[in-house]
Amino acid sequence: MSGSILDIFLFVVLPYAATAIFFIGTIRRYRTQPFSYSSLSSQFLENKKHFWGLVPFHYGLIVILTGHLIGFLIPRTVLWWNRVPARLYILEISALIFGLLTLIGLIQIIYRRFSSQRVLVVTSVMDWVLYVLLLIQIVLGLYTAVAYPWGSTWFAALAAPYLWSLCKFSPDVSFVAPLPWMFKAHIVGAYALIAIFPFTRLVHLLVYPLPYVWRKPQVVRWYSRPEGIR
Amino acid sequence: MNVRSQIAMVFHLDKCIGCHTCSIACKNIWTDREGAEYMWWNNVETKPGTGFPTRWEDQDTYRGGWEVKEGKLRLRSANKGYVLGKIFHNPAQPSIDEYYEPWTYRYQDLFNAPEGSDQPIARPVSKITGKEIAIEAGPNWDDDLGGSPVYAENDPNLDSLSEEQREQLFAIERLVMFYFPRICNHCLNPSCVAACPSGAIYKRGEDGIVLIDQTRCRGWRACVSACPYKKVFFNWKTGKSEKCLLCFPRLETGQAPACFHSCVGRIRYLGVLLYDADRIEEVALSSDENLIEAHRSMILDPHDPQVIRQAQSNGVHDSVIESAQKSPVYQFVKVWKMALPPHIEFRTLPMLFYVPPMSPVMSMRKGDVLTQSDQGLFHEIDNARVPMQYLAKLFGAGHDAKVRYALKKQMAIRSYRRAVTVGDIEPHIADQMLREADCTPAEAEAIYKLTSLCTFEERFVIPPMHREEALEMMEDPMDHKRETGFGVMDKPMRGS
Repeated sequence: MSGSILDIFLFVVLPYAATAIFFIGTIRRYRTQPFSYSSLSSQFLENKKHFWGLVPFHYGLIVILTGHLIGFLIPRTVLWWNRVPARLYILEISALIFGLLTLIGLIQIIYRRFSSQRVLVVTSVMDWVLYVLLLIQIVLGLYTAVAYPWGSTWFAALAAPYLWSLCKFSPDVSFVAPLPWMFKAHIVGAYALIAIFPFTRLVHLLVYPLPYVWRKPQVVRWYSRPEGIR
Repeated sequence: MNVRSQIAMVFHLDKCIGCHTCSIACKNIWTDREGAEYMWWNNVETKPGTGFPTRWEDQDTYRGGWEVKEGKLRLRSANKGYVLGKIFHNPAQPSIDEYYEPWTYRYQDLFNAPEGSDQPIARPVSKITGKEIAIEAGPNWDDDLGGSPVYAENDPNLDSLSEEQREQLFAIERLVMFYFPRICNHCLNPSCVAACPSGAIYKRGEDGIVLIDQTRCRGWRACVSACPYKKVFFNWKTGKSEKCLLCFPRLETGQAPACFHSCVGRIRYLGVLLYDADRIEEVALSSDENLIEAHRSMILDPHDPQVIRQAQSNGVHDSVIESAQKSPVYQFVKVWKMALPPHIEFRTLPMLFYVPPMSPVMSMRKGDVLTQSDQGLFHEIDNARVPMQYLAKLFGAGHDAKVRYALKKQMAIRSYRRAVTVGDIEPHIADQMLREADCTPAEAEAIYKLTSLCTFEERFVIPPMHREEALEMMEDPMDHKRETGFGVMDKPMRGS
């Protein structure tokens, strides 16, 4: 392990702390305040701007996060893919497009929160904290993508081994210590988001209703039968 | 045969006076809260009219209920993958503007206004934003506006009428309206349950009441658009859906639901129906023309020994079977065939049935005299101001045979009773009418009694709900000693 005190704090202490907060926070909230787990949708109060914000934001973010996950899980395959320039350009350009979609969606979401009185009423302090953090995070990500090209390659070469070192509990900051500060800020922003996750509306992500795909259409509960839900 | 019991309802529309007492009773008990102000789990609509929310019957817009596609039953809103794909923005979801923005008035202004030459007024303010608003709609905004070009003319059910009939309906001397009180139908094949991605909505096995588990609801809103009757509401404050719960806490203590109990016109009946749960899908797949008959056929005779045996083996309590035998709903729906489900073509198999309303007869000119008489004993049914096709659209999936039957019986009984009490109708004519309406004098007396002279206990035959046998009673109360209590530990507060 090498690196300055600050590097160690930001890239070793912070990720572990954030992850601990994430798990303890979400589980505790689920056990003690199950009612508060909701998407907190405001579509009911404003139906038109909603579409232009929520749809690009969510689909953009899903693709971008999946991209990050792939770079983390199978970095070698990403490097192999990027060996051919044409394939690299396709990957980078589509990633940039989805990144921009996310940004445009988020800006629309924030604008909607301000411009619709009704939606403003149901906006909490944590919502604003979340929006500011998300906005910074997405802008930093897009800036990194544009200013330091072929991020998909060097993410696989630098960030992936760093993240793996964290997972193996032998943190090695030498991968990320020399990186430009804008990118370091992007990493720190990610940890900050993980840390505030349990205290924001982000928890709805954990209850995405995938079991819906295989459950029976009708749900019957018996209050007098041991099998309960049938 | 999988016999289950269901608390079912009949609303006798010919008796409804449109006073909204039911709505107020419900509002005061259940929805007088922030986030729920706009909800009317019970509402009374004027028909023809657009209803609440606006044009809720128009499923091309809201995509509620089921449809038959390639011989299979499918949610009209979407298949499962599509539901999850549209979870971020539901294109068929009504917004609050389709209901109305709840408001109050700044009454304090009446007291605090400085002295002046003008009258102080209390301005309307939104109950959501607290800001001044211009009121544009309310829950019964089209109340009594039978001939209104804004409301009545946009009733989706009028699509079944010819251009000429529509014009006639709005001629001033023929204007007509009737009331249509609505609550959740507690369907046998509820589309809200099937559409809920979280599996939070469920039907109670013992009594068929459809409820939303508030701690499992995640606010995905699929139920709001999936319910073709628009009886699931989104609480904008808590971010959860809510709906009519048939006052189950009252039912469990032997009391009638608030809207039933308070009904001034005594139009409401409540009782148990036994039905065959194995046939739900098959019945919902029937063609439009056969839906009502199929729906009726899955309701079982509670006196049939075989049904009783099956019910017992399926855990239906003897006291519930006994109450099914006394059920006024069974009489109206199955024996007398007078009560019909609303919009059964949505295929959710509603368990709330309506006795269709009689309406004034159209007058016609004979020489210089306006008269209502014509030949034929039942001429009034086809000359009624509410066109048969309109009622057929509401209560017959577009086919008028069942509606006609129910109206004919009502009319025959009316004449029969008139022959008895007033005596200006020849008894043989009254008898002939009864025969033509598939009714006997004994049945006519029974219907007359349950319609006009019914007592509270005859209208509401509430079965014992046997909560003493519920599983939670098996738990040791001492387990919870020193805990906060048995109920919700955290207040139902909006998350952050």
